[in-house]
Amino acid sequence: MGSTNSTLSRIPNVEELMQETGFTPAHIVRLYDRFEALDKEKTGHLRPQDFGAINRLAMNPIGDRIIGSFFSTGQETVDFHSFVRILAHFRPADKNRPKDPSMPQPVNSRTSKLKFAFQLYDQDKDGKISRAELLQVLRSMLEMQVTEEQLESIADRTIQEADLDKDDAISFEEFRKSLEKVNIDHKMSIRFLR
Amino acid sequence: MYISHLWEWQCLCCCINLVPLSPPSLPPSLPPSGIIAKELSSLEQEIQELRASGTTLSSEPEFEMADIMYFCRRGMESIVDDEVTKRFSAQELESWNLLTRSNYNARHISLRLSVLWGLGLFIRYGFLLPLRVTLAASGIGLLVVLTTIVGFLPSGWTYLSEKIHLMSYRICVRSLTAIITYHNSENKPKNGGICVANHTTPIDVIILANDGCYSMVGQIHGGLIGVVQRAMVKSSPHIWFERSEVKDRHLVAKRLSNHVADKTKHPILIFPEGTCINNTSVMMFKKGSFEIGCTVYPVAIKYDPRFGDAFWNSSKFGMVNYLLRMMSSWAVVCSVWYLPPMSREEGEDAVQFANRVKAAIATQGGLVDLLWDGGLKRGKVKNTFKEEQQKLYSKVLVGDQEDQGEDRPQEAEEEEGDQNEDRPLEDYTPRPLEDYTLRLLEHCSLRLQGEEEERGSETPMRVGVPLLPGY
Repeated sequence: MGSTNSTLSRIPNVEELMQETGFTPAHIVRLYDRFEALDKEKTGHLRPQDFGAINRLAMNPIGDRIIGSFFSTGQETVDFHSFVRILAHFRPADKNRPKDPSMPQPVNSRTSKLKFAFQLYDQDKDGKISRAELLQVLRSMLEMQVTEEQLESIADRTIQEADLDKDDAISFEEFRKSLEKVNIDHKMSIRFLR
Repeated sequence: MYISHLWEWQCLCCCINLVPLSPPSLPPSLPPSGIIAKELSSLEQEIQELRASGTTLSSEPEFEMADIMYFCRRGMESIVDDEVTKRFSAQELESWNLLTRSNYNARHISLRLSVLWGLGLFIRYGFLLPLRVTLAASGIGLLVVLTTIVGFLPSGWTYLSEKIHLMSYRICVRSLTAIITYHNSENKPKNGGICVANHTTPIDVIILANDGCYSMVGQIHGGLIGVVQRAMVKSSPHIWFERSEVKDRHLVAKRLSNHVADKTKHPILIFPEGTCINNTSVMMFKKGSFEIGCTVYPVAIKYDPRFGDAFWNSSKFGMVNYLLRMMSSWAVVCSVWYLPPMSREEGEDAVQFANRVKAAIATQGGLVDLLWDGGLKRGKVKNTFKEEQQKLYSKVLVGDQEDQGEDRPQEAEEEEGDQNEDRPLEDYTPRPLEDYTLRLLEHCSLRLQGEEEERGSETPMRVGVPLLPGY
């Protein structure tokens, strides 16, 4: 309830957040309302169970991984800032941004989106997608629909195609290369209507 | 009473330069679909697109690393905005109605608008609100006093009791400045039936009771509401339950059937959704009221959101706060459609009947007909849906199993009543999307209702069924 200004003033460091993520004030307010709606106990933090209440997410085969991506290692709760920062990955890329390699990549650039997708695979964060990690993802996406042998053969085939330095794992560069023709911005962006 | 009403109309007319105040006689079009743009393409389409831009040249679809992006994006979209959770918060408007509470994009647009807003604020809080509060207090006071008096009279005075109820409700309606249009009054609920309606706010009761006499059903409370309840029951037979009795379904059903069987008693008013929904959709109807086996009179209530949002978000506002908001909005403008009575048909069980009634209400009111349970406001969803997703994805990847002649592990579908053993191959030819989706949705709604083990006629789910719209 209340105008944008009053909601914005309740969020600490909101200027910095907008600067960092590129969201407009209206978006931030919307996300804040959403955050509050999910935070049923009004603790100011979200826990994995709060995400579990979203039924579309519970239906998603990699729902747990997506929820996990909000929580950095060792953390059990996520506050509003981290929530927005993660969602900022999914903002459509700014087309008019000058390509300045010396400046750090904004959080919604193609590279950042790729990194995000990479991390969904690479759960132990060692910088490589091992065969076992790939199998885990395949298992969650396919579960009982295919046999274990089929899963393994799919994993083998994928690694064979993507792995260029033959270390039986896929590094970030190899990942990026295998996805160079995919329109990442389209696939990994959420467009706010207003 | 009429004079005060007229005054309010004058003020409203000169302050708001909106379109004519008469509520629409046709159901309004569906509201905008949310705060993010959702792609309506299905999983198959998206994966094909990924393939087309990917590196594999073979015609047989294979797993691509990018496939995870589809699921990832869908997951994030649902975190930001999903069909069900957003029904539990107020609907957003496309243009501002000069109420700060409906304004998400507060930017300083012009001085004129701000002045207009300030004027509106003064009128609403300085003039309309005190007037309305006084009216409401007198309405409730009269109700309590007069019904108690009538309670002392011998029971032949039902006519008087009806008049008193109607009069008190009319005062209450004036106190909210509710401008109600009743359509199809020839279908008004009659004695010995049950009236069901979609639920947006506790005010729904007053809106309906303004036009006819109903018996209310509910739990007896303490405090002021309890006093009102006890007074009401002295002059007219309402059904109030003690807190302990509410849990006992059979007792509830018995009391309802007894009431309905007596043709001199007024129709019962029930809201089968069980909770307040934000008036953009109708959620699952609980089957309890449809099992009683009498005529059901459906009623659709649609509020015009431009004049004030009537939805009661019980997690955000308490009752008093809500009433104050209602009384300080411009007005409560709504349309009530009385639908022709329905009865349960041969071979139809309570759930199907409930869904049929729900669909009729949703169509008439221009609301989205959702199969999800209103209980999801506070609860969770089941695990079987994830498997449906996985099935679909694997079908895209691994191809049509019939061609490859493998026996798929889909016979591990024990949860869906094993009646699908010897399906001939022609059963698997693709059917129109609506057909599949309808059956899946039906199936899902059966699952969502919990204690359905006794149901033996559950329709078995078929393989390769596309999922809920939006996936």
